[in-house]
Amino acid sequence: MSGKPRASTLPVILPAGERLARAALRERRAGTHSLRLRGSHGWALLGAFVLGCGIAQAQSQPEAPSIFDTLWKWTPLLARGFVFNLAISFIAMAIGTAVGLFLGFAQISLLPPVRKGAWFATHFFRNAPWLVLLFYCMFLLPFQVTVFGVRIPIPDWTKATLGLALPVMANVSEIARGAIQSIPTTQWEAAGSLAFNRRQTLWMIIFPQCIKRMLPPWMNLYAILTMATVLASIVGVNEMMTLTQRALSAENRPGLLLAFYSYVLLWFFVYCYPIARWTVRLEARYAVNQ
Amino acid sequence: MTLAREAAGSSALPGSPGDARKDTSEPIVALHDVHQAFGDLEVLKGVSFSVRMGGVVCIIGPSGSGKSTLLRCINGLVPIRSGTIRVANFDVHLLKTDEEKIALRKEVSMVFQQYNLFPHKTALENVMMAPIHVLKEDRNEVRERAVALLTKVGLAAKQNAYPGELSGGQQQRVAIARSLAMRPEVMLFDEVTAALDPETVKEVLNTIRELAREGMTCILVTHEMRFAREIADEVHFTDGGTIVESGPPAQLFDHPRKARTRAFLSQIL
Repeated sequence: MSGKPRASTLPVILPAGERLARAALRERRAGTHSLRLRGSHGWALLGAFVLGCGIAQAQSQPEAPSIFDTLWKWTPLLARGFVFNLAISFIAMAIGTAVGLFLGFAQISLLPPVRKGAWFATHFFRNAPWLVLLFYCMFLLPFQVTVFGVRIPIPDWTKATLGLALPVMANVSEIARGAIQSIPTTQWEAAGSLAFNRRQTLWMIIFPQCIKRMLPPWMNLYAILTMATVLASIVGVNEMMTLTQRALSAENRPGLLLAFYSYVLLWFFVYCYPIARWTVRLEARYAVNQ
Repeated sequence: MTLAREAAGSSALPGSPGDARKDTSEPIVALHDVHQAFGDLEVLKGVSFSVRMGGVVCIIGPSGSGKSTLLRCINGLVPIRSGTIRVANFDVHLLKTDEEKIALRKEVSMVFQQYNLFPHKTALENVMMAPIHVLKEDRNEVRERAVALLTKVGLAAKQNAYPGELSGGQQQRVAIARSLAMRPEVMLFDEVTAALDPETVKEVLNTIRELAREGMTCILVTHEMRFAREIADEVHFTDGGTIVESGPPAQLFDHPRKARTRAFLSQIL
């Protein structure tokens, strides 16, 4: 440590204490343990990819095409799958955010049944494993619904999206509740003494102040969701992971395994890492302003 | 004006409803035997006093004597256990629904120690918000009035600044303008200068002094004894949830009758 010595009887504990306090605050606001991508993760992935390619090259028959040619050949298909992953993540995030905000408001309702119901729903879906929720949605939702005699099919990817929207909803609900409750009660008092009613206070005074606080954990959640979209491969949706498995079985070269999967990981890293960096930047900026 | 103020005694107590606003000798705020407790902790143990229309009352006393709670009872932010509070035409102790409390708070405005401005709105927006959304007044009219109020508190140049860009004294003056924009009958000030540095205290006190001169009914909780002596018609000294001694400032500050009052004043004067 450089700079001025700190006036404390336990100067050794201070740096760690500050860091832990910041992490605790972040997690309280996020309502979830933060999973944060770092640059070093990218280098590790790149290393695994290069190693995988090397192994594959070494194991391949002399007349087989090079490993990079093989990867390049499958890239357009994998990219189509990746776009599908992104589509699932966008839609699940939109649905989860809309319903989650509603649930978050319900969690601070003055009516005990509403508050307790919302609390239960939030904690049920927040603590249930994502995969279990996905399976529930896959097998409990019908493959088609009939509305006024019109048959509307529900494709698998829609069900998977709904399945992923459930945990997003629960996490957004906690993020919203945490943000609302982190606004000082004096703001409620000031609004009350200016004769604002509860709804006006919440919408005009409290919630606008929450958006800044909610943004970093919300973006963090989005990054987690994007990485979780590959779970849809287990229930047979044609996203990147499923297509990778198809490509591998079509190539039928066991040595390709590590190369292909680390290639997929790299795609996700390249997409999620900037989001993680941006989140960190926003957090730092808002921490200074508040 | 000052004669009328002195004529109205401190002992006038409720029992006389009707429109308090028409007769300046009738109390606009009247508390009778108010009790309040948080759980087992008794905060107010039978407080009675009244304020005439246009009167200025200061409440002094040590921390924890229930001064701030008393103010919050008057505008219905804190419910009371027993006793009666009458403000203008409202029986505050009987108000149950939010609508009723909101109707009361349109008449009674409060300024806080920590200003409590809305940080995401500019000074002008802070002043304009409540009249537009609560009183449903015309936006242009409200803007005119808000600018006039900010000019009055000496902040016309700062109307587009956010609270974070203003000094404590400036924020507090915006908060006063924000309360005044509701055109209240009564203003409550809760230690409004306690968080300010000595230099900026003056600018806030000047604003309050001007208000009092214009005939606004004010109830101030304050530690500024010199200011209390100057503007108050009546001073109440509270300790331990009761009013120990009341009287015109000259009497209370110069010739306190009770030993507790003397002890308190000797510590701070």
